[in-house]
Amino acid sequence: MEAAIVFLPLAGAILAGLFGRPLGAKGAQWLTSGLMVIAAVLSWIVLFDITSEGKSYTVTLFTWVASGSFAFDWALRMDSLTAVMLIVVTTVSAVVHIYSIGYMSHDPHQPRFFAYLSFFTFSMLMLVTADNLVQMFFGWEGVGVASYLLIGFWFQKPSANAAAIKAFLVNRVGDIGFALGIFAIYVMTDSVNLTVIFNTIPDLVGTKLVFMGVEFDAITVTALLLFLGAMGKSAQLGLHTWLPDAMEGPTPVSALIHAATMVTAGVFMVCRLSPLFEYSEFALAVVTIVGASTAFFAATVGLTQNDIKRVIAYSTCSQLGYMFFAAGVSAYPAAMFHLTTHAFFKALLFLGAGSVIHAMSDEQDMRRMGGLAKLIPVTYAFMWIGSLALMGIGIPGTPVGFAGFFSKDIVLEAAYAAETMVGGYAFWLGLIAAFMTAFYSGRLLFMTFHGTSRADEKTLAHVHESPRVMIWPLYILVLGSLFAGVAFYGGFVGDGMANFWGSSILILPENQALANATLVPIWVKAAPLAVGLSGLALSYWMYVKRPDAPAALVVRIRELYLFSLNKWYFDELFNFLFVRPSFAIGRFFWKRGDQKTIDGLGPDGVAQTTLRASKGVSLLQTGYVYHYAFAMLIGVVVFVTWYVATS
Amino acid sequence: MFEGFGWLSITIFLPLIGAALILLLVRGDDEDAHRNARYAALATSLFTLIASLIVLANFDGTEAGFQLVETVAWLPDLSISYTVGVDGVSIWFILLSTLLTPLCILASWEAIKKRVREYMVAFLVLETMMVGMFCALDIVLFYVFFEGVLIPMFLIIGVWGGGRRVYAAFKFFLYTLLGSVLMLVAVLVMYWQAGTTDIALLMQHDFPFELEFWLWLAFFASFAVKVPMWPVHTWLPDAHVEAPTAGSVILAGVLLKMGGYGFLRFSLPMFPEASDFFAPMVFWLSVIAVIYTSLVALVQEDMKKLIAYSSVAHMGFVTAAIFSINEQAIAGSIIQMLSHGLVSGALFLCVGVVYDRLHTRDIERYGGLVERMPKYALVFMVMTLASVGLPGTSGFVGEFLILVGAFQASTWLAVGLASGMVLGAAYMLFLYRRVVFGKLVKEDLMTMKDMNAREIAVFAPLVVLVLWMGIYPSSFMEPIEPSIQKLIGDYQAALAAAESRDAGNALALLSDAATALGLK
Repeated sequence: MEAAIVFLPLAGAILAGLFGRPLGAKGAQWLTSGLMVIAAVLSWIVLFDITSEGKSYTVTLFTWVASGSFAFDWALRMDSLTAVMLIVVTTVSAVVHIYSIGYMSHDPHQPRFFAYLSFFTFSMLMLVTADNLVQMFFGWEGVGVASYLLIGFWFQKPSANAAAIKAFLVNRVGDIGFALGIFAIYVMTDSVNLTVIFNTIPDLVGTKLVFMGVEFDAITVTALLLFLGAMGKSAQLGLHTWLPDAMEGPTPVSALIHAATMVTAGVFMVCRLSPLFEYSEFALAVVTIVGASTAFFAATVGLTQNDIKRVIAYSTCSQLGYMFFAAGVSAYPAAMFHLTTHAFFKALLFLGAGSVIHAMSDEQDMRRMGGLAKLIPVTYAFMWIGSLALMGIGIPGTPVGFAGFFSKDIVLEAAYAAETMVGGYAFWLGLIAAFMTAFYSGRLLFMTFHGTSRADEKTLAHVHESPRVMIWPLYILVLGSLFAGVAFYGGFVGDGMANFWGSSILILPENQALANATLVPIWVKAAPLAVGLSGLALSYWMYVKRPDAPAALVVRIRELYLFSLNKWYFDELFNFLFVRPSFAIGRFFWKRGDQKTIDGLGPDGVAQTTLRASKGVSLLQTGYVYHYAFAMLIGVVVFVTWYVATS
Repeated sequence: MFEGFGWLSITIFLPLIGAALILLLVRGDDEDAHRNARYAALATSLFTLIASLIVLANFDGTEAGFQLVETVAWLPDLSISYTVGVDGVSIWFILLSTLLTPLCILASWEAIKKRVREYMVAFLVLETMMVGMFCALDIVLFYVFFEGVLIPMFLIIGVWGGGRRVYAAFKFFLYTLLGSVLMLVAVLVMYWQAGTTDIALLMQHDFPFELEFWLWLAFFASFAVKVPMWPVHTWLPDAHVEAPTAGSVILAGVLLKMGGYGFLRFSLPMFPEASDFFAPMVFWLSVIAVIYTSLVALVQEDMKKLIAYSSVAHMGFVTAAIFSINEQAIAGSIIQMLSHGLVSGALFLCVGVVYDRLHTRDIERYGGLVERMPKYALVFMVMTLASVGLPGTSGFVGEFLILVGAFQASTWLAVGLASGMVLGAAYMLFLYRRVVFGKLVKEDLMTMKDMNAREIAVFAPLVVLVLWMGIYPSSFMEPIEPSIQKLIGDYQAALAAAESRDAGNALALLSDAATALGLK
């Protein structure tokens, strides 16, 4: 059954990819979607089976590589952490597959699209079921390729192609860190198998590793290298630049890959490797700081974006930051909890945005929307539910609240309860980000659905509610956005936690942030809701009550506004630092290095010299035999003299 | 089978016999003659492939030493003999050569229209030389084959090449000959020193370090040019650009591997102390090669030049791995060489497919091919990803083993090489985007036809092998593991012996001094 979950999507991908023409669009759609639904159902069965008693086991398929002790199998590791990821991935993927049947119905390359989607799902499943670091790397790179292919799906658009390459390359920068981390672990533990690693790590506390000439604490440097990989995949500060551009891909792709699943792989990796990270306080502190900074940074950028998908993309980036700082304060279950609820409501938001874009004839700029509430009421309702879940609205102390309410609260509470400097940093930045989250979510809703329409007549005449195939699957996500929080609270982070997670997550006794999270002062529990509501209220005031207010504000704080609108100028900076120099240096090496210097001094230079020399020599060739004989005689004399003299 | 002549020799000489038959039997220069030459060459190379598969079947993957050894006295006075045999280091290179040759002949089916008979003969002779070189267990015999490879390749570039073919052919010939001359001197010196030309015996001979030093450099000069290592790589882009497609395939697929094979066969086992001494230099040159040529590849405007530069970068991984000398690194270097043989061969074939249709290699002239050529786009994508080292393809297994091996030798080296992961992806994806993606707007591309059955037949085995080696590499790694372990064991034993000898000398010196001072 475990193998079926992983390999059914692969079968779908291969069949739809290679036999797209005989299958036709319809065949490819229903084949891949059908297989995904089966995989999703099986995943839920596995989840209940495993988490009922925190089971863990491994299904080994066959040897992959064996070179001395550097040996690993293709194998599926099944435990609670895997099971949670399985349901998230397969459920959202199944929803997205079915939704895409409607969304992509006008596209001429549908079998290819569904093949990519299924291939992505397969890679993601390989990632989450990996029992060794190299298989995780396989899935890691596999989802990277799927993401590359899907971002560039509309291959005729230059911007899509550029975004696809950018995504792959930025991810690869992180992957270097991941790969080096794997090597470091192998050097330390003589294995890449997770079980072996986890058993060995406690004995290695305090060992040193010389990396690039500097002696580091072995566990810390390894954890940080691996975290670099996580930062790339999960678009954390510095390596985030690819994610907003990735919105060039079709919207269902954004929902599946760039919101619900792939980008959370980094969070999953840190949780999976909790038995490593737990032994390095410094690495955890770095994770917390990076996560909190990203949560804050991305939220500030989200405030001013005008593209509906980019707002949600920055929101994703920001929410991933929350997950990371939760993991950083050792509240891994809280990170996984937020990951799960976020998958539902963020996929809902993206697919809802997709419906809006679909209705608006591919318009994505919110400045040309407005007043859509009455025209597409179902989508409107969905977007409100998703947004309220994202804002974290609910009533503290009761089981009433949207999914995000429960998960975001526990994340912030754990950060506060960590009672460390970095924990405090994370808590306060997280709280400010929560305010901004509510503000930009409200802004998105009000600009898109409220007020009067700013679209042109022709677009407006076309606005229609999406077909049923795009609406019905969303109800699953609506259910998740409404109830995933309250339903999973007990198991993920509440009383049933120990039983639920089993041995899949390690938290050392000294790291009590999550255990103490329920004991925080009442104002800490109420603060997220308070800032959320005030953020929403402010956006209501600015975009509904006083529509002239934003423009007036922009004039007042022009520099800050531009800084946010231009995404803190990261793209410009990286272009200046890396992209343009690479091409310039390449050209320099080619023209000056290879052609001028090496060829000039080497073969061409030698050839020139030889030519000149041979012209000189040819003067000696007189054609008279006695000249040659004389030269030979001299040669023999010299040779004999030398021979006699030396012996 | 009579004594001393078995399947190995059949594999070596079958192509030569085929070539002779073609020369004798195929007459004239008309279409019929061309067809006969093609079919005869294809049949010969396929029979050779079968013969090599029989060799593989007889090969015992649990043995470390040389197997299937065949010996015939050649120059008994000089104790030089025709000795051939295989071990784990060479077995896959033989198969790589016998696999790529029929594919090359198929790929040249329509592309070569003049002097077809001579072209096919040149390829078959080339095959004999390549296989013979990998099998040779006598250093003089090795040298003969090693140099022999040059001649047909020189002709293939010089006669059937592009516009600047003569410049490229001479550059190729002179560069590699310069290295070889130094190697010849070294071979003679070794013969005088050890009194034998037998490779297995030479491996056991302990050369003094002062001599090892110079011998290593002489061999290095020859192999570094073949690999090619920075900065003696500039012949490669020119040779590739001017060579016909099939010539490029063999050049990248097999000829570059001769350098790597030479390091494994000669430098490491015969000159262990010098190898240890020079390893840091090789690391530096390798890392420079990876970064330098990757950046150069990024700005190329000619498809073949781009892939040629990428070959230099990929071979930089190999040289670094060979001198990291641990099990993962050496296994990785062999797998990487095999993988690169398949992948770069396939990439050159990919260039050939569109070159045959449009007769240009300018990247600018293409764009949007996926619309007209979906099958081509798929194959090209698989090979691009394999070149990038995506897990699940052969490229990953080689690259990852090399990196983990390099990490154990030096973290600096691993980081330097790992930068190739990003740069390699950059130039390959950038190439793919410009050729295959984008809008199909150029007039002459609108009528391009997708791959035909012959072309699919050429690519199919390559795709299968690339995936096989990526998903289940054990088939390829298990048979070579004992040989690698022996290679490393011998190497470390030699180093340890040298160290204890040095220590002993120092001790003797110390005790002499002590006696002299009257302390004893």
